[in-house]
Amino acid sequence: MTPATPRRPDAVVVEGLEVVRGGVPVLHGLSLRVRAGSVTGLVGPSGGGKSTLMRAIVGVQRVAGGSIEVLGTPAGTPALRRRVGYLTQAPSVYADLSVRENLAYFARIHGTPPGRIDELIAAVALQGFEGRVVSRLSGGQRARVSLATALLGEPELLVLDEPTVGLDPVLRRDLWDLFHRLAGGGTTLIVSSHVMDEAERCEELLLLREGALVASGSPDELRARTGEQGLDAVFLRLVEARG
Amino acid sequence: MTAALATLVRVLMQLRRDPRTIALIVAVPCVLETLLQQLFRGRPEVFQHVGAPLLGLFPFVSMFVVTSVTMLRERTSGTLERLMTMPLAKLDVLAGYAGAFALLAVVQATVVSILAFGPLGLEVAGPQWAVVALAVGNATLGMALGLFVSAFATTEFQAVQFMPAIVLPQFLLCGLFVSRSQMADWLRVVSAFLPLTYAYNALATVARGGPYGWHFVLDVAVTLGSVLVSLALGAATLRRRTE
Repeated sequence: MTPATPRRPDAVVVEGLEVVRGGVPVLHGLSLRVRAGSVTGLVGPSGGGKSTLMRAIVGVQRVAGGSIEVLGTPAGTPALRRRVGYLTQAPSVYADLSVRENLAYFARIHGTPPGRIDELIAAVALQGFEGRVVSRLSGGQRARVSLATALLGEPELLVLDEPTVGLDPVLRRDLWDLFHRLAGGGTTLIVSSHVMDEAERCEELLLLREGALVASGSPDELRARTGEQGLDAVFLRLVEARG
Repeated sequence: MTAALATLVRVLMQLRRDPRTIALIVAVPCVLETLLQQLFRGRPEVFQHVGAPLLGLFPFVSMFVVTSVTMLRERTSGTLERLMTMPLAKLDVLAGYAGAFALLAVVQATVVSILAFGPLGLEVAGPQWAVVALAVGNATLGMALGLFVSAFATTEFQAVQFMPAIVLPQFLLCGLFVSRSQMADWLRVVSAFLPLTYAYNALATVARGGPYGWHFVLDVAVTLGSVLVSLALGAATLRRRTE
């Protein structure tokens, strides 16, 4: 008999989040929760506030109002920098350094043992490219160097902004398998995407449009709620229902 | 401290990938010193007057340009934002940059001084090492100012234009071309607020061989103080949270 495990507190709790960028409100009173240990998909049309929300969660977005709690502490708290991994939409690695040099630099900042670098290079399928300067890599390869960097510190929360853009289907499947393995190990993942077959692979979905949460729930729950089968149709229905 | 050292090594590795820039940084002042010496062959006192200050002030220009562009890349490529989500202090970034460019300045000033004090026959009444030491101090000043202005540029073209905007007026007014005592009053007042004026005075004192009175101490102190103020200004532009 296994004792009933108490439900872990939510990894991210957003309450009434307001963000204004360049005088234009981007998020208005957004409230949502992300379950610990889940793979949560952030979906919705571009310009809907996905990246802004992710930036706010990792604490680099100036916030006009509301609160964000990440792993039990306010977002942007210095102690969180060791516990949260962040992948920006554009690959943010040094173009004039090799794959290994990039990872070695960020690993030293994290205090990660160098042995982990090889492990991560394998995880993002970049073996054989370790010595290659990033500027000579393809777009998809650069994105994977950036992803490996986000994984370096073995974070408890991973915030991944479009991690699979420009990757072929095989690689995308492999990365999603990796995400689920990480979640199986207790990591919480927030992954933004606008590809619906990826949304299918998330346990929870948050549909964001024009800075507001349109719907949330598992893919099956959202299907049941709308009576549609394909997630594309589900989202259209949900968005239209909002007017 | 580890993060600062890691950043220092990383910046040097980036420079190593760009040997042409390093060659230019070292070769250009050598060519200019040689040009000056040849230009005033008939009036060697002119070369003796400007040779040492040029040697000491040139690293200021080089490091200003290199740092403003490198830092702008760091800001626009997203790597700075990534660093700001990681467990490293802003001071680590500043110290890493300052250390890397100071080392580069040591190489630059040493090579140029070997040429100038050797084959070109430049003579200073004071110690030659003091000229090199002041050159490295000025390089750090240039690096700190470059880091600061990179926050106000959005493209590399703009960053480069800060050179004539910020460096050239200081060169004209520091006393190298026209002695400050012969300047119009208002120009003398303006030059009193420019750090390069004090850097030039200190170099000129070493070239003359003294006197190393309180005036000299003040010149060196203001130069080093300007480095600290510029670094503080630079630190203020490294924001964890941006809009």
